[in-house]
Amino acid sequence: MATTSDNSPALLDIAEVSKSFGSVEVLRSVSLKVAKGEVVAIIGPSGSGKTTLLRCVNFLESYDSGSIRIDGKEVGFRDGGARQRRSERDLAAMRAETGMVFQGFNLFPHLTAAGNIMLGLTKVRGKSSGEARSIADHWLGRVGLAHKADSLPAELSGGQQQRVGIARAVAMEPKILLLDEITSALDPELVGEVLAVVKSLAEDGMTMVMVTHEMAFARDASSRIVFMADGGVSAVGPPKEVLAAETTNERLRTFLARFRASQF
Amino acid sequence: MLGQIAYALPFLAEGFALTLWVSLLVVVLSLIAGVVFGVGLVYGPAPLRWAVRIFSDTVRGIPILVLIFFVYYGMPAVGVHLQSFWAAVLALTLFKTAQVVEYLRGAVASIPKGQSEAAMAIGLTFRQRLTYVIFPQAFRRFLPPWINGVTDAVKGSALVSLLGITDLMQAINQVIGRTYEAMPLYILGALLYFGVNYALSLASRRLEQRFAFIRE
Repeated sequence: MATTSDNSPALLDIAEVSKSFGSVEVLRSVSLKVAKGEVVAIIGPSGSGKTTLLRCVNFLESYDSGSIRIDGKEVGFRDGGARQRRSERDLAAMRAETGMVFQGFNLFPHLTAAGNIMLGLTKVRGKSSGEARSIADHWLGRVGLAHKADSLPAELSGGQQQRVGIARAVAMEPKILLLDEITSALDPELVGEVLAVVKSLAEDGMTMVMVTHEMAFARDASSRIVFMADGGVSAVGPPKEVLAAETTNERLRTFLARFRASQF
Repeated sequence: MLGQIAYALPFLAEGFALTLWVSLLVVVLSLIAGVVFGVGLVYGPAPLRWAVRIFSDTVRGIPILVLIFFVYYGMPAVGVHLQSFWAAVLALTLFKTAQVVEYLRGAVASIPKGQSEAAMAIGLTFRQRLTYVIFPQAFRRFLPPWINGVTDAVKGSALVSLLGITDLMQAINQVIGRTYEAMPLYILGALLYFGVNYALSLASRRLEQRFAFIRE
């Protein structure tokens, strides 16, 4: 897996991004570079800004200052000095370059599993419905749901719905896949099947940024771990370093200790 | 007695046709205007939201009859002269539009935020999100109150008779004026109004069943 140093070109470049909700500062000058093929896990206590940061990457949330670039292109604002929000059409086109999988699945309930995947392919990518269907079938096969192509979301288990959610995102061939606590709403016995899919995507070289509470998974599947606290990046590095018990970072040690305690 | 009524039947049929025509115009025009303003109310910039909110609250707070008289007798004061037929259609349409705005707002608000976000995340534009994700789901919530509103429009159209327009109600009153057969004629009128509305509610039930597969 690739690692990032300062001179390798970053696919995703988050630079000094800050954001406040009213008087609460949720992101404090966050910087993070992600190289192509990297899998970055963001961990941290709730309220630390992990999810907000992820949602800024595809501009589901705006931010007050700083910049976020994908392949060198500013995501939410027009190129040039003034912070002018991109047009609706441009934003849509930019968002199509990233895929997102949600904690609550957010499948479209009126469309079948295949229909969920086909919508973006036909309306955004301009593929014919036949072409879109065969891509949908391919990805449903990849996530082990070829036999559920014509099922509605309500007819699927949580784990199956989330696998469709992943298929819907990757079928668009995004440059980066954003995963927002994708197993948090699942029954424990369904978590494994979803993580297995994520792992196989990582092995294929898909660039991923994931917010997760699955510490073991973050350790095994990611190339780097980012620990966020109080809206800032508190620690970043390879899993072994960040998750080491003897860390000198006070916040991180407290977080990990609490996490380890809750596991047993 | 029956002979006299039979003699008046073509006249009554014309009135009935006019009732249906007024209702249809009002329902179609208010649907278009209501959806446009409703989208403005939910997604529009603040000034537009305010304007729609004020319009909707004002119009819904005025009796339809007052609205009809206002448009027909009041608007000439500002130089707008409408034929009684169009004044009536305009007044009823304004009233219905305010209701459609509220039905649409409620139906769209009932769709979880995650649906819009998921649609944004795959790169759909605003219009595509509405067309392919939000409206198909909101439709089921919109339909029952809207059909109720349609039956209200059919019943409410009887008020246009007060501007001297020969709709079903007016036709019946005129025939009664000639024949003094109030009871059978009012029963006939009631049956016709009821028939239209009953057919509408049957159609609505069919439609609701067709879209019942969407969750909840």
